[in-house]
Amino acid sequence: MNREEPLVLGIETSCDETGVGIVRGTRLLSNTIASSMEEHARYGGVVPEVAARAHLEAMGPAIEAALAEASVRPDELDAIAVTSGPGLAGALMVGVGAAKAMAVALGKPLYAVNHLVGHVGADVLDAGGGPGHPVEVPTIALLVSGGHTSLLHVRDLTGDVELLGETIDDAAGEAFDKVARILGLPYPGGPQIDRAAAAGAPNAIRFPRGLSLPKDMAKHRYDFSFSGLKTAVARWVEQKTDAGEQLPVADVAASFREAVVDVLVTKAVNACLDRGVPRLLLGGGVVANARLREVAAERCAEAGIALRIPALSLCTDNGAMIAALAAQLIMAGHEPSTLDFGADSTLPVTDVQVR
Amino acid sequence: MLLAIDTSAGSSVAVVDYDRGVLAEASDLGTRGHAERIGRLISDALEQAGVAPAELSAVAVGMGPGPFTGLRVGIVAARTFALAAGKPVVNLVSHDAIAFAAYRDGREGPLLVVTDARRKELYWSFYDGADELGLPVRVDGPGLAKLDELPHPDAARLDAASVSAAALGLLAEHTWKNKRPFAAGEALYLRSPDVTPSAGPKRVTG
Ligand SMILES: [Zn+2]
Repeated sequence: MNREEPLVLGIETSCDETGVGIVRGTRLLSNTIASSMEEHARYGGVVPEVAARAHLEAMGPAIEAALAEASVRPDELDAIAVTSGPGLAGALMVGVGAAKAMAVALGKPLYAVNHLVGHVGADVLDAGGGPGHPVEVPTIALLVSGGHTSLLHVRDLTGDVELLGETIDDAAGEAFDKVARILGLPYPGGPQIDRAAAAGAPNAIRFPRGLSLPKDMAKHRYDFSFSGLKTAVARWVEQKTDAGEQLPVADVAASFREAVVDVLVTKAVNACLDRGVPRLLLGGGVVANARLREVAAERCAEAGIALRIPALSLCTDNGAMIAALAAQLIMAGHEPSTLDFGADSTLPVTDVQVR
Repeated sequence: MLLAIDTSAGSSVAVVDYDRGVLAEASDLGTRGHAERIGRLISDALEQAGVAPAELSAVAVGMGPGPFTGLRVGIVAARTFALAAGKPVVNLVSHDAIAFAAYRDGREGPLLVVTDARRKELYWSFYDGADELGLPVRVDGPGLAKLDELPHPDAARLDAASVSAAALGLLAEHTWKNKRPFAAGEALYLRSPDVTPSAGPKRVTG
């Protein structure tokens, strides 16, 4: 196997995006994403079975498109990579089945990797197809999407990743979807809340910051909770509506968004300061939220923390980040996975690769 | 020569040839863990048969009916294997492989093939018999029914706990050779996803 600049195809199916990407070492060659988001719209959130069915239909076309865009023939690949977890079990299994079949058909090594660490691995790539660069470590990583909200301490991308905290109920992206519904806005909620918030005041309503009180901070210093916030917004909206008052949608959206962003960035910056790590990396689909990027930039600058935000096409779930992480594993001398791993919906971040 | 894959019940993979018959079959009867097993089963079947992917003419796959999580693993594996090896895929109704094997083993006449659909339901397909080539003639189904609401109650009933990829592959070889049509490319879930569109947010205050 070429361990200098391995040509790797990565498959990602942990949630509602069917991602297939190809990298050569740290260089991005293609990043194909098919999303079933529209099919979930009428349900107000990702429906696992709908996502899994969509993965099955999208997989072949996505692989073909990724190979064509990269001008790569299957037999030229050095390895196949796939997300083993964490994520939706039924959705993950589609990717695992596809990757194993492809590896056996081609007689190529297979690397089963961790989705969350994949988000960190995305940072080695340049979205424009430039040469890329290693992830600077140590770094704190804040990964926020509709499926996860996690804070990691990465000392070595391929071998030393620690989970500092994660959401104990809803993911941040889910909270955006649920609050959008409360406000009568369509799915997905993130961009809708963002748009509505533009004309609102972020400090108009003081919504609670989950797990930020001193009593919570002892046990949940780096954990997140958005369920109470969602309920607080719902209660506030009901009181206004019941009183026959007009709902200040822009202020509610802006104040809710501020509560989410504040708690995300506060805990991430705390982690950097506590751990003496001068770097913060953002990943996950919620990075599309302009206010999150803005507040993170402000507070990191104040605290002397270098902030890294990969291009949005590499922040949302994608196969290129899975290929990129596997390429790093290969270059670091790690052996391939066996053919016997499964989909692990709760795979811990300490398992960067599944054997 | 075909690679045949079926995960509509357990996981089964075979390499078959029209002239030489079944060259290898690797199966696991477990009704869970399809994603764990599929790679090893494909690899084992090819190795036992001593066949390289390039030597195959196509990949045959059972489209169900079957419980969706496992069924998908075999279908996506078949499609992706074929794509990587540059071979076509041919689709078959999994029950047809059960009926094909039954008629080949001497059964005759009308037959109701039944497999487990979980949740107190069954998948069924109804056959009139085998034609002059020995291929099963499906005249009704595949369908989904509650345990006590199976159609064709007077027909001989064949309950199957597994689907043999070898039988599926041989059926595909005969279908191919005789230029009969294959099944469509849709997975036969026969159930819609378990969801109802949201009715809007619920109240949190009384
Ligand atoms: Zn993700």
